[in-house]
Amino acid sequence: MAVMSYIDAINLALHEEMERDENVFVLGEDVGVKGGVFLATKGLYDKFGENRVIDTPLAESAIVGVGIGAAMYGTRPVAEIQFVDFILPAVNQIVSEAAKTRYRSNNDWSVPMTIRAPYGGGVHGALYHSQSLEGLFSGTPGLKIVMPSTPYDAKGLLKAAIRDNDPVLFLEHKRAYRLIKGEVPEEDYTLPIGKAEVKRQGEDVTVITYGLAVHFAIEAADKLEKEGITTHILDLRTVYPLDQQAIIDAASKTGKVLLVTEDNKEGSVIGEVAAIIGEHCLFELDAPIARLAGPDVPSMPYAPPMEKFFMINPDKIEKAIRELAEY
Amino acid sequence: MVTRHQKLGLDDTTVLKMYETMLLARRIDERMWLLNRSGKIPFVVSCQGQEAAQVGAAFALDREKDYIGAYYRDLALVLAFGMTSREVMLNVFAKSEDPSSGGRQMPGHYGQKKNRILTHSSPVTTQVAHAVGITLGARMKGDSAISLVTFGEGSSNQGDFHEAANFAGVQKLPVIFFCENNKYAISVPTSKQLACEKVSDRAIGYGMYGKTVDGNDPLSVYEAVKYAADRGRKGEGPSLIEAICYRLTPHSSDDDDTTYRTKDEVSEAKKKDGVLTFAAYLREANILTEDIEAALEEKIKHLVDDATDYADAAPFAEPESTLQYVYDEKGEI
Repeated sequence: MAVMSYIDAINLALHEEMERDENVFVLGEDVGVKGGVFLATKGLYDKFGENRVIDTPLAESAIVGVGIGAAMYGTRPVAEIQFVDFILPAVNQIVSEAAKTRYRSNNDWSVPMTIRAPYGGGVHGALYHSQSLEGLFSGTPGLKIVMPSTPYDAKGLLKAAIRDNDPVLFLEHKRAYRLIKGEVPEEDYTLPIGKAEVKRQGEDVTVITYGLAVHFAIEAADKLEKEGITTHILDLRTVYPLDQQAIIDAASKTGKVLLVTEDNKEGSVIGEVAAIIGEHCLFELDAPIARLAGPDVPSMPYAPPMEKFFMINPDKIEKAIRELAEY
Repeated sequence: MVTRHQKLGLDDTTVLKMYETMLLARRIDERMWLLNRSGKIPFVVSCQGQEAAQVGAAFALDREKDYIGAYYRDLALVLAFGMTSREVMLNVFAKSEDPSSGGRQMPGHYGQKKNRILTHSSPVTTQVAHAVGITLGARMKGDSAISLVTFGEGSSNQGDFHEAANFAGVQKLPVIFFCENNKYAISVPTSKQLACEKVSDRAIGYGMYGKTVDGNDPLSVYEAVKYAADRGRKGEGPSLIEAICYRLTPHSSDDDDTTYRTKDEVSEAKKKDGVLTFAAYLREANILTEDIEAALEEKIKHLVDDATDYADAAPFAEPESTLQYVYDEKGEI
């Protein structure tokens, strides 16, 4: 099995899916000749040509809206929004159109489309290249939101998203692109959308999180294990719709739950995770549900000390786990 | 003497069929208002005043192959594309069999995959980008289908119009942007909507052909849309056709149009109503004889009665079906 970076796994998934199915095509800003600003679409233009790897005008609503039309026709577009921070002009197309097409047409029309976008901070991206906007889109029935943490998950889930018959918002942590490496099979495989995964077994505290924070949690858990505190880590992988049973099982396992997100605290997807635990696990809990998140300020500042203050990191998670363990 | 329609390559049977489609739309629309005012249905959004433009445009397309992205006034357009009177009335009554949405959407939100009528929503102009995407997908698959997408002059101010027009222009996609300029965006007149003289003036910004025609005259509209369709099929890219119409009714059954326009203005517009003027043209050409006209009215009355009775008696969807079709229920392809 090859060890590859998170972004190489995404790139491989795109190559494989475009080879497998001629209905799959890519559109977005700079995705063609340049291969994307992060090089996620590297090599696609040379291999598949300009008809299937389309450098679009700089207009996000058209990237998504034209993709929707092409999906209605019967192709499988993979639209790239260069940064999730720039997706807002396309919200109407995603929420009013893509997510509602099947429902409003009573199953007559559908939008088998994937929208990829990098999110997340810690890359000196300031307010508009750092955000986690999954909370804006969660709670949109008809849409699925996938946020993989590892190269293995990224490849398997992106291939599943492309083959899914409904719109999938596929959010990739931009700091994970080159930071996170892992084993990725070179053969074809998909992973189920809507399923969380236990990334580590533990007995004392449960951490439920997703994306880059999964790695921060593992780092924290490694340190705490030396002190005799073991951590159970659930990676949500799909943040909408949530894998309720996996959340209930993970929370019940230890009775002490820490929810972690890089997003602002209020209104983030972990609030919904807390509600699921509150509804189902009252008698299993041994401590109040704890949340670790970004502060409720508009976005992440640029200056390094401020960015560091905003970002969650292994140290913050370690402290929060220890507090829960001692509760 | 060679008539106008013959010069356009249209035979007598075809122009009579065009008129029949316009008249059917008008009579269905009138029935919808009756049903609303008598308390049978909660909502109507009307097509009246735009039938000529819609039928002229539809007949210029390949109705076995091309796609339309309709908006909520396109009753005549969807009839021309194969939706039946019963199907329209099922939509009006929000019944389970409604092909547009199974009673999920408000009336007038048409869609029907088998007739290549795209589903659309209430936030205006989103459908414009979809129609562009249809042709992008078609081109990728070697299908020469084109698309025609409709919208009002108010919608021509939305970002989605400009983004989609530019995309189609750059990619030279065979899309016909068809603006049904009915002079009002609910209460706001064209003078407060547009700084340019004509909506079609906007075509040049997107490298496309633009033309404004009389939307009360289906033959003028046919000619312009035919030209645009031919351009599209030859690979010459998109076109923007603006048909000048007039909205003869209030915006919807919940609107009082006397608060923003005079009755005189509406009366004047009614004199130019395409349904009347096209009938006059066909009488003049001796195509619409008294016998044919009487038979047409009789046939249409029967169709509208039948559609109304059928839809009124049809069942609503089961309440629990509210939960269906959020996602694909068949699984992966």
